[in-house]
Amino acid sequence: MSFTIALAGNPNCGKTTLFNALTGASQRVGNWPGVTIDKKVGRIKGTDARLVDLPGIYSLSPYSPEEIVSRNFIVDERPDAIINIIDATNLERNLFLTLQLIDMGTPMVIALNMMDEIEKRGDRIDVEGLSSALGVPVVPITASKKINIDSLVNRIIEVASRKQLPIHFDYDPSIEAAESAAEAALKGKVPDENIRFYSFKLLEDDPDVNRIAPGARASIQSAIDGLEKEYDDSSDSVIADSRYSKITEIVGKNCTRAPKDEKGTFSDRVDRIVTNRVLGIPIFVAIITLVYFIAMYDGDWGTSPGAWATGWLNDWFAEFGEGVREWCQENGVDPVVEGLLVDGIIGGVGSVLGFLPQMIVLFICMVILEEIGYMARVAFVMDRVFRHFNLSGKSFIPLLVGTGCGIPGIMSTRTIESESDRRITAMTVTFMPCGAKLPVIAAIAGAISGSWWIAVYAYFGGIVLVIISGIILKKFKRLAGTPTPFIMELPPYHAPQLFSSAKTVLDRAWAFVKKAGTIILLTAILIWFLSRFDLSLNYLDGDSLDDSILACIGSGLAYLFMPLGWGDSWELASASITGLIAKENLVSTLGVVLVGDGEAEVEAISEILAAMLSQSAILSFFTFNMFCAPCFAAIGAIHRELGNWKDTGLAVLYQCVLAYFVSAIVYVVYGTLVGDTIDWSSYVLAIIDAILLAIALVFKDPFKYFHRDTNGVKA
Amino acid sequence: MTTMKEVPIGSTVTVKRINGDGALKRHIMDMGITKGVQIYVRKVAPLGDPVEITVRGYELSLRKAYAEMIEVD
Repeated sequence: MSFTIALAGNPNCGKTTLFNALTGASQRVGNWPGVTIDKKVGRIKGTDARLVDLPGIYSLSPYSPEEIVSRNFIVDERPDAIINIIDATNLERNLFLTLQLIDMGTPMVIALNMMDEIEKRGDRIDVEGLSSALGVPVVPITASKKINIDSLVNRIIEVASRKQLPIHFDYDPSIEAAESAAEAALKGKVPDENIRFYSFKLLEDDPDVNRIAPGARASIQSAIDGLEKEYDDSSDSVIADSRYSKITEIVGKNCTRAPKDEKGTFSDRVDRIVTNRVLGIPIFVAIITLVYFIAMYDGDWGTSPGAWATGWLNDWFAEFGEGVREWCQENGVDPVVEGLLVDGIIGGVGSVLGFLPQMIVLFICMVILEEIGYMARVAFVMDRVFRHFNLSGKSFIPLLVGTGCGIPGIMSTRTIESESDRRITAMTVTFMPCGAKLPVIAAIAGAISGSWWIAVYAYFGGIVLVIISGIILKKFKRLAGTPTPFIMELPPYHAPQLFSSAKTVLDRAWAFVKKAGTIILLTAILIWFLSRFDLSLNYLDGDSLDDSILACIGSGLAYLFMPLGWGDSWELASASITGLIAKENLVSTLGVVLVGDGEAEVEAISEILAAMLSQSAILSFFTFNMFCAPCFAAIGAIHRELGNWKDTGLAVLYQCVLAYFVSAIVYVVYGTLVGDTIDWSSYVLAIIDAILLAIALVFKDPFKYFHRDTNGVKA
Repeated sequence: MTTMKEVPIGSTVTVKRINGDGALKRHIMDMGITKGVQIYVRKVAPLGDPVEITVRGYELSLRKAYAEMIEVD
């Protein structure tokens, strides 16, 4: 029979490294049900045991999604054994989770990690003593150097086969007495194996237990009152205190720390500089500038590796497409098939896959910053600014990466601890102008007179929309999820683990390629179909789109954009649709429909735009396309972070509605400023939009009528 | 009553009690800030908030708003 083993431990204790060392290449990454937290499953090398990686957690409280997922897994899926990995250099806090796991009544082995660091420091840990004090086998390991992994595997298989339970120890007699009372109250309402765990949780007034066993806490009220009176504190504090007191006692007996260096550890010295009151922000700026120059910069001072590689791959796809086209023409392939292959598949997927090199460079930078421990400092340094917009200090990095490409930006939100901050950041990253929007900026800048400020407007507008959305979306609980308090560990700085980092980068890149091969491929074919066929499904030869289905959809949609000043022509609405493949396609479509040439010079497009629309209408068109739904690839990335299509749809709808509102307001305001003639209906719409936005920003719960599943609906 | 928020940088204090309730209080205690533990206030972030403290041998960053919930001696 094959065993299921759970791997549990704090964040930053080497859990991922151990998971990789135990399972090698045999891993599958998915999501835990209902939440967007990676669930990794692998096979322990040399055995047929299945290893499930639980999220990194500090406790088994029921407040963060990570904790709930871990708790449910242990209770519901009943793993045959748990490997609890703990950081030997940080025993006290790591053991807090251990004591709760012991109460779970599941066979367990402790992997005491980072023993090399203990030796280096000259600390001493009595492993046998620790093991007998905790009643659980302890195996000292160094996961990063793969030391003693074999004995850990042997031990966990042995413990699982023998169903060897932890030998629990007693806390103070009065606490044990209250625990017995709680056990009696919970008997039959929770699984017998986990009853000690649940009993302590009942004493802690855990909302989850109160839900499973309503009335249980009231029935032991006298025991709780006694406890609270004796310790002069609330019962949840009493339990936490006694756990930590027990830990202090155990660690005191079994661990001797070598005297600390006067100057502090290497990490202390680094940290003194990096988060220094004066130097902290300049260093932060320097590091992100460096990332920008490695991954995104392309300008007067040369081309960054990321931008160069992406340019190269884009050219390659273009050449490859032309090659295929020639081959098709030489071999008499049907023009419909040729169009599908070259314009639909290679053109569509290529324009998205072309960004892969830049994405990989960005991923590498992100993973290194995360691995060495700097990301936590970014959050520390930037928290003051971002909390006002309900975002994490860590949100800064995804937003910055988003100015290169939204997809790695969205994916790098995974390093944000709080689910709510993570989701909101993922939904707002694409407001930042990405690399593919630069050609659009160039085309528009040429069409608006005195237009030096267009690029500034795009970036500044992006930032403003992120801020507005942080405030609005936080109130929309369905999309934002539950906020977690910002109390964050600042892990010691250390060198990145090459194998683990490379694996993370490859996993993320692969996830993107898979998306390009499925959803992006399908949508590219769909848009190609819409633009190359007319309503009676005849293939349209030549460049013109005038009779295409896309043109029909465009003329239908155009009515929507009338009040925004650019609804008189189907061309603009259709171009906005093709922008969904990649925003740069907007320019090539405008080239086709306005100039009659997909390769048209940007200047020619600008000229026609300027002749066609008023200045304020051009700005409104630009605003809408900068901030509305991102490309399909980015929508796919948002889906990965939000976990389901319904929320993803809502998020994209939110982006479109916000872009629409803002465009309406910008149209009227700028039009009035420069003296364009604007229809009265546009004024009305803009005023309504402004009022709605103000309500969403100012009111406490503007979305209460949307929350059907909560009890917020009151007439 | 003194709270963590008023403790000057560079000093060490002992925790007397955690006020408040629910997820926030629970989280503070889970991270090892419990009655009787010693806390060293290391530094404050460049923009004046949050603070970095050493507790139970590791570094923790804590917003001042939460530090106010921690009573110290």
